[in-house]
Amino acid sequence: MDDIKYSNTHHQHEHSRTNYDDQQDYGTPASQSNAQITLTIDDREITVPEGTSIMRASILAGINVPKLCATDSLEPFGSCRLCVVEIEGRRGYPASCTTPVAEGLKVHTQTPKLADIRRGTMELYISDHPLDCLTCATNGDCELQDMAGAVGLREVRYGYEGENHLKAEKDESNPYFSFDPSKCIVCSRCVRACEETQGTFALTISGRGFGSKVSAGITDFMDSECVSCGACVQACPTATLIEKTVIDHGVPEHSVTTTCAYCGVGCSFNAEMKGEEVIRMTPNKNGGANHGHSCVKGRFAWGYATHKDRITTPMIRKSIQDPWQVVGWDEAINYAASELKRIETSHGKHAIGGITSSRCTNEEVYVTQKLIRAVIGTNNVDTCARVCHSPTGYGLKQTLGESAGTQTFDSVMQSDVIMIIGANPTDGHPVFASQMKRRLREGAKLIIADPREIDLVANSPHIRADYHLNLRPGTNVALISALAHVIVTEGLVKEDFVKERCEWDSFVTWRDFVAKAENSPEALEKELGVKAQTVRDAARLFATGGNGAIYYGLGVTEHSQGSTMVMGIANLAMATGNVGREGVGVNPLRGQNNVQGSCDMGSMPHEYPGYRHVSDEATRALFESAWGRPLSNEPGLRIPNMLDQASEGSFKALYCVGEDIVQSDPNTQHVTHALEQMECVIVQDLFLNETAMFAHVFFPGASFLEKSGTFTNAERRISPVRRVMNPKNGALVNGKHDAGYEDWEITAKLSEALGYDMHYKHASEIMDEIAALTPTFKGVSFKKLDELGSIQWPCNDEAPTGTPTMHIDEFVRGKGKFFITQYVPTTEKVNAKYPLILTTGRILSQYNVGAQTRRTKNVAWHSEDIVEIHPHDAEDRGINDGDWIGIQSRAGETVLRAKLTERVQPGIIYTTFHHPESGANVITTENSDWATNCPEFKVTAVQVTRVNQLSDWQQHYKTFSEAQLAFAGRDLEAAKID
Amino acid sequence: MDIQRLISMANQIGDFYESYPDQSQAQLDIAEHINKFWALSMRKQIAQYVAEQGGAGLHVQVQNAVKAHLKV
Repeated sequence: MDDIKYSNTHHQHEHSRTNYDDQQDYGTPASQSNAQITLTIDDREITVPEGTSIMRASILAGINVPKLCATDSLEPFGSCRLCVVEIEGRRGYPASCTTPVAEGLKVHTQTPKLADIRRGTMELYISDHPLDCLTCATNGDCELQDMAGAVGLREVRYGYEGENHLKAEKDESNPYFSFDPSKCIVCSRCVRACEETQGTFALTISGRGFGSKVSAGITDFMDSECVSCGACVQACPTATLIEKTVIDHGVPEHSVTTTCAYCGVGCSFNAEMKGEEVIRMTPNKNGGANHGHSCVKGRFAWGYATHKDRITTPMIRKSIQDPWQVVGWDEAINYAASELKRIETSHGKHAIGGITSSRCTNEEVYVTQKLIRAVIGTNNVDTCARVCHSPTGYGLKQTLGESAGTQTFDSVMQSDVIMIIGANPTDGHPVFASQMKRRLREGAKLIIADPREIDLVANSPHIRADYHLNLRPGTNVALISALAHVIVTEGLVKEDFVKERCEWDSFVTWRDFVAKAENSPEALEKELGVKAQTVRDAARLFATGGNGAIYYGLGVTEHSQGSTMVMGIANLAMATGNVGREGVGVNPLRGQNNVQGSCDMGSMPHEYPGYRHVSDEATRALFESAWGRPLSNEPGLRIPNMLDQASEGSFKALYCVGEDIVQSDPNTQHVTHALEQMECVIVQDLFLNETAMFAHVFFPGASFLEKSGTFTNAERRISPVRRVMNPKNGALVNGKHDAGYEDWEITAKLSEALGYDMHYKHASEIMDEIAALTPTFKGVSFKKLDELGSIQWPCNDEAPTGTPTMHIDEFVRGKGKFFITQYVPTTEKVNAKYPLILTTGRILSQYNVGAQTRRTKNVAWHSEDIVEIHPHDAEDRGINDGDWIGIQSRAGETVLRAKLTERVQPGIIYTTFHHPESGANVITTENSDWATNCPEFKVTAVQVTRVNQLSDWQQHYKTFSEAQLAFAGRDLEAAKID
Repeated sequence: MDIQRLISMANQIGDFYESYPDQSQAQLDIAEHINKFWALSMRKQIAQYVAEQGGAGLHVQVQNAVKAHLKV
């Protein structure tokens, strides 16, 4: 941020010049203008961009103007009247927050008259404010208190006899923050934050004059539209909106910047601490992905890290029918190593494999794949991106040359047409959704392709999709071909771009294919269930509306043609010239925090770090030399292949780090059967997750607050994860835990026990090794991350500070390549027995398998998974809202509660999979993407019926999980929420 | 692995390349895909199935790809 270029005419003021401090509040947002304005404030000359407020210019010059209603995350409002200034030659006392700079202005921020006005204003505020500063939760962290001091308020003449708000009732309904209207000064910062920052518009000022008050919904916060993002709490200058943890524990004493462990947005947070205890997580203003915003998960739902369900001691057992035996680290590691050696001797090294999670850091993923490749000697290592975004990696590598999204999140602010396909950003990627909503409110057009009416279709304030292509699940590729057909046959292709940047022959082949009559919207209308005219209009808008950006999620990838669809999206972006600059691009919204990173780190059975195939001789030689071990040139087994081979008895041992395949992978009964056939399942996790119930060795992991490392978000942004407390998995000495091990240390210990030393002393040394071996990471180091905050790869000699936008002058593969995308209907077809399609998705308050969020107060919003069903389908079956309904598929049956809604179309039902007892994946099938084996989670043919009891699987699950928890010395009650 | 599973996986790969005008190239691409992404044990199994049992159920183009270009 360099919106300051000031010179000082008075040498004596030189010392007070301030450098730009990214955590300072400059009162109003920065101006983006290139024109420069010079003015004088309190005898200091300063040059700032045109459009800057006098307040911001003053603070940049090191002059603090008193303020209450202004904060630089919000547009100026001019209500508090504390920031008034005098301007020579102008009348009155204008508010500096709403008055822009002008050439040659002479501004005075401190005069006797201004002091008088400010004291008078402050006196009025305080006359209706409790004077309980000493016992107030924000004592020492309150802008009102600071301003009372700054303006020199010494007495309040009005007394409390008259009408006031001091007895206004608190609203404690939100589990994380309290609303105390008696302390409210009606500055509207919370209301504006809810509108401008979050885009939810849940808060308003109700009433007029003295009766004005901040109001959330009819009754309270929990009953309102509030999504608990924390923007209002962040914006509040008083104790009115405050974290309950601060009320309970007091103001934090130190702060460490780290990265959220939830979704693929990868928000930067300040962990505000007291000693080793987190008091609150506040969004980092300087966070490259979030710019000071947050959602309910990252901001508030971190209590799982100290939840009593955490398992903090290693455990082993011979059989899953046995109780767990708590052991020391050495015994657990040695037992695991001896089992792996035994199995290698009796069944061969290819009977062993590893699975990492997108919840792991880059460094953890790297050492795990290294262990499997270099120590075990097989490439049987996969990551949970297999079941989410593996088609993205494949499809974008094929077409563009790199397995990653092309843009930064900020790029959306330059987009004119936003197309969202199979993603639900307000629930899955909420902080980015807020930014996208801001752009949409500015007027960008919106096309949504989704079977279901997600919030952005018509349920977000001031946002309405221009076109909602509510296609039938499983017909994505038909849709992308139909869109392409319109663009090609109506002459909307950007041929100059294609000629210059793409393989012309591949374009011609693709063009001729999509131009066929069978790919027209009319020919595909019935298949898609979308009117041909709507498809045509949407295609025209995308091709001609200016900068077109495509954002997509698992609704694209988790299909039998997931990879085809990713390539189809890349085709469309290339044909319309929408790659290689700000505002455009192909943007996979990654589900979890480190989906991108876990793929980058070589946790795929066919690729080394940096997406280099295991058969590539030069790469293999590089890694053999660095690791000092012979490496296999054969691709290993993917997760579903491991499970298939385990079921048949040839795959015997699994090292599963941070992942919970029993809950997250399709056809649960197939997964559990496979695990039951294995001889050694090692699970490394915070909790006794569903997979751990089938394990023989349990290594207790460290939470993201307990370790160092990096996560890489959906925009290729590598961000630091910093250890703010010691790992809680250390040996028990006199009833207390020693400082335990970070997860990479556990893997390194296992490696050592298997005869291969990993000599890292700190996670930074792992990153150094990654950088040395991976061209796209060549310039990455912890030191540089400390300096820059975050880095978007590629980061190398040509781009030492990283690469925000990819493929600018040429594609990574040289010329972009078009692929024909023939629509092949899924084999998962509806019929008389299974007449409905089940599709799955996510909800804001829960995260993935829910292992983290279910152990927080987020259950207040989503305590169980429910099934959405259209009222027509429900009526046909005699189902009422709230009834238990049995859902049967070819794979299995489960029972969930029904919710009648027109958000889903007739013929389609929808649910989430955040709770294990829901068994959502008991019904999903093993159908998968042709190229990557990514499961077809989004299409399952089902029948539903009203029932009175849980399914057989659920009843079995209840008995089994209770027994397993008892084996670990836990009971079900302990597994419930604190 | 269950051979039916491998057959359906291989046919899905065949389906993707079915619309490509240059079918001799498509045959190479099908084989290359399997060579790059299937573990050796899976490749051996499908090759054996084609060699010993005629590859029933496999698309012709996939059978040809397996016979001509699969690395086993």
